[in-house]
Amino acid sequence: MNKLRASVLMRHEVGLHARPSVKLTKLAKAFESKIDLGLSPDGPWIDAKSIVKVMATKAPKDSTIYFRAEGKDAQAALEALVTLVDGDFQDAP
Amino acid sequence: MHHKTHRPARRIEGKAASPGVARGPLLRLLAAKSERRERRSAAAEQQALAGALEASRLDLTALAEKVADEDAEAILAFQIALLEDENLAAPAFARIADGEVADRAWVGAIDAEIATYDQAEDSYFRARASDLRDLRDRVLRRLAGEVDQAVLPGVIVAAEDMPPSVFLATDWRDGGLVLHRGSPASHVAILARSRGVPMLVGVDIDHLESGTDAVLDGDAGALFVDPDPELKADYDRRLAEQTRLRLEAASFSGPVTTASGERVQLMINVTGLAELKEIDPANVDGIGLMRTEFLFHGRDKLPGEEEQYRIYGKMAEWAAGKPVTIRTLDAGGDKPIAGLTESGDLNPFLGVRGVRLSLRRLDVFRLQLRALARAAVAGNLKVMIPMVTVPEELERCRELFAEIVDELHGEGIDAKSPPLGMMVEVPAAALAIEDFNADFFSIGSNDLIQYVAAASRDEPQLAELARPSRAVFRLIGRVVEHAGRSGREASLCGDLAGEPAQVASLLDQGLRIFSVAPGALGPVRAAIARYSGKAE
Repeated sequence: MNKLRASVLMRHEVGLHARPSVKLTKLAKAFESKIDLGLSPDGPWIDAKSIVKVMATKAPKDSTIYFRAEGKDAQAALEALVTLVDGDFQDAP
Repeated sequence: MHHKTHRPARRIEGKAASPGVARGPLLRLLAAKSERRERRSAAAEQQALAGALEASRLDLTALAEKVADEDAEAILAFQIALLEDENLAAPAFARIADGEVADRAWVGAIDAEIATYDQAEDSYFRARASDLRDLRDRVLRRLAGEVDQAVLPGVIVAAEDMPPSVFLATDWRDGGLVLHRGSPASHVAILARSRGVPMLVGVDIDHLESGTDAVLDGDAGALFVDPDPELKADYDRRLAEQTRLRLEAASFSGPVTTASGERVQLMINVTGLAELKEIDPANVDGIGLMRTEFLFHGRDKLPGEEEQYRIYGKMAEWAAGKPVTIRTLDAGGDKPIAGLTESGDLNPFLGVRGVRLSLRRLDVFRLQLRALARAAVAGNLKVMIPMVTVPEELERCRELFAEIVDELHGEGIDAKSPPLGMMVEVPAAALAIEDFNADFFSIGSNDLIQYVAAASRDEPQLAELARPSRAVFRLIGRVVEHAGRSGREASLCGDLAGEPAQVASLLDQGLRIFSVAPGALGPVRAAIARYSGKAE
């Protein structure tokens, strides 16, 4: 059992909306690890690779997003996701 | 298959939404619902749904590759991502396993999802419901065995309604559009006019069949199905004339003058950067109207200061010194914007719209003014305010601009106050035009006509009233005359300016600056060139 955790404040103007969600789930899918997303440190957790579930959180601006990941590339996945949210979902330079 | 040669031509009335003529086979875009599926085994139904989902995903992927528009691209990317997520259809597969037919299962599953968006508190999330509906219908069409209706150039598309993103993704060369819903003021209609695509709305499309020969007359507001040879020949002549005018429009150059040699300025109305790619700035006298509400429409979030600054700057760069007239946000009325305009306005055209809304939403308005003040440094930018009714509104905007320029200077950012003009579209403003301290005037004929006649341009029964009347021309003459006397410019940027048949009457009123949809440049230019002075 090796679940890594991370959290990040989302400042994106309209929250976890269509464009940000597309980017987030795409990025999550690039990793093998199982990755969950929640709006509180204790969940409830949803699959960060599912845009249907991610959009359903309807997370507004200034929410803190919690991630937990389990798998070989869990650490890299968390770092990448935090960077994405922290960087306001801009395209990677 | 069809015995169309024996059928008499049918004339179907509609409302003209974009002028011009198109001739070609009809392509009926089906709003998927109609006939019940026959029930087969659960496995067969699940396979049918899986196939329809995959086919839809491929359709959208192909579409996304063709689209150049950033917003359209984002809409498609979202829909593709939804389709790639098995959670979307999982409830539908479960319903099939419980004995439901594939299409009903899919609708039931996705409608439940749509409902959660419809009920969202946040208007941005609510607006996404339309994406899901779009997706629902696409998959349904596939389930019904409809191949995705690729629109080839030269066809007349008939549909219930069409979202702007679909319009933008379609190749409209030599084609036309016929809708059952929508209005001439809808976004799709404005896009159609700007791209020279003939279009009708309010057409009964129920009995139209794909493949049937048809003629669309976007001037008369009629669709002819199975035209007889005589009618065809007639419209072939008009098509040839239209093609000639368009070629002329594409190849014309040099200043626009009347037959008597008087110079007239001919500018364009635009909604964004995409349209400018196809126009040589050497052939126009500038941008007479940039409708900024399109930057705000149908997207995840309102555009920020930087994005607006970049777009206004690029327009000024395109115009290379010629004037670029940017209208501040004209939301409300028939152009609602999620998260911005007030819902539940009892009478939106007489409600909180244009400058009335901007002055109540200073957070949004100030951002736009900041972007404009910054872009004004580098280009020949002019700013005009929509729906001004009393002088105080314009004064308030002027003060705001001055404040914002100071604020920007305080932040060490280059900025200046551009010339500030007003749209003249409210009769009260036209009648007391002397009271307004505007740097220039631009007559918005669409609203002016409907406010003068107290007749909505969207009410088909009142089409005869919502026309440019003598009363309207008098008001136009008044404004133009006042502008001339006080050494200011007056232009006309409504659809009236783009109607060749009205050009002479407008020139008679003294109007010398026309701003028209790019598609109307050729015909209007030709009409101006025919004008040899006021008929006595």
